[in-house]
Amino acid sequence: MNTMSRLRRVLEKGEFAVTSECGPPKGADPEIVLKKAELLRGKVDSINVTDNQTAIVRMSSMAACSLIKNAGLDPVLQMVVRDRNRIALQSDILGASAMGIRNVLCLSGDHQCFGNQPEAVGVFDLDSIQFIQVVKNMRDEGVIVGGEKLESKPDIFIGAAANPFADPLEFRVVRLAKKINAGADFIQTQCIYNLDRFENWLKMARDKGLTEKAYILGGVTPLKSAGMAKYMKNKVSGMDVPDDLVKRMEGVSKEKQKEEGIKICVETIKKLKEMDGVKGIHVMAIEWEDAVGEIVEKAGLLPRPELDGE
Amino acid sequence: MITAEQKPISEIRGMIKPYRRILVLGCASCVAECAAGGQKETAMLASTLRMKAKMENEDVAIEEYTLDRQCVNDFVVRLDDIIDKYDAVLSLACGAGVQAVAEMYQEIPIIPALNTEFLGETRAQGLWVENCLGCGDCILYYFGGVCPLARCSKQLFNGPCGGSVNGKCEINREVPCAWQTIIDRLAKFGALDRLETIYPPKNWAKKQGGGPRKIVREDQEK
Repeated sequence: MNTMSRLRRVLEKGEFAVTSECGPPKGADPEIVLKKAELLRGKVDSINVTDNQTAIVRMSSMAACSLIKNAGLDPVLQMVVRDRNRIALQSDILGASAMGIRNVLCLSGDHQCFGNQPEAVGVFDLDSIQFIQVVKNMRDEGVIVGGEKLESKPDIFIGAAANPFADPLEFRVVRLAKKINAGADFIQTQCIYNLDRFENWLKMARDKGLTEKAYILGGVTPLKSAGMAKYMKNKVSGMDVPDDLVKRMEGVSKEKQKEEGIKICVETIKKLKEMDGVKGIHVMAIEWEDAVGEIVEKAGLLPRPELDGE
Repeated sequence: MITAEQKPISEIRGMIKPYRRILVLGCASCVAECAAGGQKETAMLASTLRMKAKMENEDVAIEEYTLDRQCVNDFVVRLDDIIDKYDAVLSLACGAGVQAVAEMYQEIPIIPALNTEFLGETRAQGLWVENCLGCGDCILYYFGGVCPLARCSKQLFNGPCGGSVNGKCEINREVPCAWQTIIDRLAKFGALDRLETIYPPKNWAKKQGGGPRKIVREDQEK
């Protein structure tokens, strides 16, 4: 069996990649993770597992990734720098690799004030870009922070997030460049609703040669309702939902809004697929994992490519 | 300067409850500047405590005194002549001042009346903002004179994160995004290219690598 990440193999083969995500439960039941992952089998190439997202205590991303890996699927371990210092982060990279977890997404993490542990200390010993560089040095040079040699190198496909919609706009691409120069092999973006701004960002990235240096996966999230569209527009920092999309969701009856949300998502994916420099999509169907199959199918992305040795 | 705020009266009353002769001790330095523990605030707190005690029919003597600095031993020793009259001191100094007085007078409880907050500046009347962590290795040069450690909620050396919107931080739309401030500053003196450098992990040993820090200067010793 090939020990390389499926995500990496799909991208290196030149196929349009599909990833999705699975939020671990607020509990210790492995069945919940496996059930969510099962919904995605055959529909996506790899499954991101979020790391205590929105700073809410959940089953560890590492443990959920291990469950998913053992079920024969390809997990992407999300790791935030909010909760662990450089000792713990580096140790977990070694542990992840040892368990066959081959993809890591290096993130800052939502601030602890948003979650259910607002009294927790925020560690932030490394930032996400430093973390990317640390993982790259571990993998490529076999050294940890400070230069000490490892006995063996971890095998990790390194990911980073990018938000084309946050401010300041002119700096978003500088930051993308920093992440790629630090060692990111692939990029998963924030949910794309404003395609014009995304294209603008992508063009700037292309002009800097960044789309040749890393695989960019466009993030999409199907809107469940007009209420969700408005919430994302007004309450979520760094989220850009254009007015006409909100109006479009409001324009259909309540029962039809889910369907409309999926339709918008599929249209977005089709447009992304045509853009020069987009190498795949990342579908974040928040607590709506059963919608992913339908979206991917309607977007014409099934069946997923077969790889040698599978 | 070091900023502080007064603790709630109920908490202070709870701590001084066992004592009958209390010295309310002000500090005329930083905490006077931030209107928390100077001579004026000390008089007000002492008076409030006397009034409360009277209302509750408590037999307690509360007097006040303000030192120029509670964190400097040369000033603290001025208490030598009066301290024996009291069985507790309620100190309106920062944590450093409280401990300096406690170090000097081991037999008597020194009770904090303030919560020490941060190293900051007085930006306007009634407005103090945090802008230094005392990390032991100043990096302000690289960031246009804006400290990403003290002023970015996630202490990013390579920011801004995806939560920066309209110059504000994701944790609260009232909080300025430190990274927007850094970028604006660097743009003004044409040093935006500094942002393309990946700033390496911080050496935290200078802050906490050797336990509590101290500075020894032989040239200053008597």
